[in-house]
Amino acid sequence: MSGHGAGGSPPPGAVLVDGLVVRFGDLLAVRGISFGVAEGETFGLLGPNGAGKTTTLRVLTTLLRPDDGRALVAGYDVRRQSLEVRASIGYVPQALSADGALTARENLEFYARVTGVPRRDRGPRIADAVEAMRLEAILDRLARELSGGMLRRLEIATALLNRPRVLFLDEPTVGLDPTARRLVWERLHALRAESGTTIVVTTHLMEEAERHCDRLAIMDRGLLVEEGVPSLLRERHEVANLEEVFAAVTGHEIEEGGRIADVRAQRRVARRLG
Amino acid sequence: MSAPSVAWPAGSAERPAVLAGNAFGRLLGGVAATAQAELRKLRHDHVDVFTRSAQPLLWLFVFGTALHNTHAIAVGNVDYRAYITPGVMAQAALFIAIFFGLAVIWERDVGQLQRLLATPLPRTAIVLGKAAGSGVRALVQAALLLVVVAATGIGLRWTVLGVVGALVMLVLATGAFACMSMLIAAAVRTRERFMGIGQLVMMPLFFASSALYPLSIMPGWLHVVARINPLTYEVQGLRQMLVGVGGGGELWLDFLVVLGFLAAMVAAATRAYPRAIL
Repeated sequence: MSGHGAGGSPPPGAVLVDGLVVRFGDLLAVRGISFGVAEGETFGLLGPNGAGKTTTLRVLTTLLRPDDGRALVAGYDVRRQSLEVRASIGYVPQALSADGALTARENLEFYARVTGVPRRDRGPRIADAVEAMRLEAILDRLARELSGGMLRRLEIATALLNRPRVLFLDEPTVGLDPTARRLVWERLHALRAESGTTIVVTTHLMEEAERHCDRLAIMDRGLLVEEGVPSLLRERHEVANLEEVFAAVTGHEIEEGGRIADVRAQRRVARRLG
Repeated sequence: MSAPSVAWPAGSAERPAVLAGNAFGRLLGGVAATAQAELRKLRHDHVDVFTRSAQPLLWLFVFGTALHNTHAIAVGNVDYRAYITPGVMAQAALFIAIFFGLAVIWERDVGQLQRLLATPLPRTAIVLGKAAGSGVRALVQAALLLVVVAATGIGLRWTVLGVVGALVMLVLATGAFACMSMLIAAAVRTRERFMGIGQLVMMPLFFASSALYPLSIMPGWLHVVARINPLTYEVQGLRQMLVGVGGGGELWLDFLVVLGFLAAMVAAATRAYPRAIL
């Protein structure tokens, strides 16, 4: 991926992170992590609650300034070129981001305007996103009447309108039943096949990461403890699945850890979507 | 753990096409999009508009009629119901604005706000957009109230300029109070505490203003409080334009105070509110 080009700037890949540190007061949420994501890759940030995945994503989406280290997204520096980064990405946070009091179509029109899609392109872009996420049948329904899976697909569609180079999804399948989960992933794979969008996704579900990500990084307590292609990770640690890879590299099981606020937040999301 | 740093590439110098326009254009576009979304929400939920309209009508026709008939408050040669119409309009708008902050705490907006912060939309546009949204709601409600007032023959001074001017002032002031509400929301963060503080802020604002009675009949200390209360200037301006009697001040001063209050609240909310949700 990021070879050292002679003259001119080398292609930095979709995401490049070097020595990233984030502190919340005394708490070191992210302790100097480094990784890269190639163009067109589906990359997973995997780990238990409180591992620092969401914090990392917030740095990459410019919501949070890192205390140390550097990161490039779509070739732009998250500190010095945050506006350029924001113009080049799509982001679907874990919390509900569609407006329940608007219809699916109105949500799409709203996000087309605020992400700066030129007026003449809005119609075709919305049509493309609707097709990519299979939303044709629900366009005129209020978002609050949609099922969890439809809502997630609507939110992803709203994040595609500006043709992002990198799409960030924070726990996109949390609170969804297996069928809805499968459909979300099916559409994400199709999206990548058709438009080559780079996808960075966080999840605490080992099985999901293993099945759907080209490459992944395992995070635990603010550190990046392992990185690679899922099948190769299993081979390297001579185990049957990612859960055991996690246990092998961290020395502990994925416990149901996390602060009570995390648990509460997750339940709330699950209740809304469920 | 730290991987060896590859030669660190310089950030790309090429600007994304979306940023071709100027920041001011993006700001206006964002505010317009938010206001439009708010109007669309109202269209989907007529019930909300009507239930919120009940309270100002009660003030106007129960409280207003009672005091009109007893002549308890001297307001000059004006029908008391006409006198308090601007006050009741402003109060209803204040309700909309203050409870706007509650929506923020309810986290209906948390995901949306995170989304918006990760778009090229300027942060001021997010706050101004919210303010415009509450202004739109206040506008619709005020228009309904004026229709009822006109239908019942309460004698306002109906001039086009007066009505338009009053609605403009109402939108500006409501936007300012909505930003104040976002500030409170950013500070308290829990719904229960917001309810308490919201009441604590709203009731004194209402009673220590010229909404229901002229400043001249207030005791000295209350007069001072009312003088620094932006709601007083809003109501005075509305009254000047709709009824033709002022509360003492000049119309330009009323507009100036409301605009200044709006600018200060937008600036403060732009700093505090987006950060509070992360």
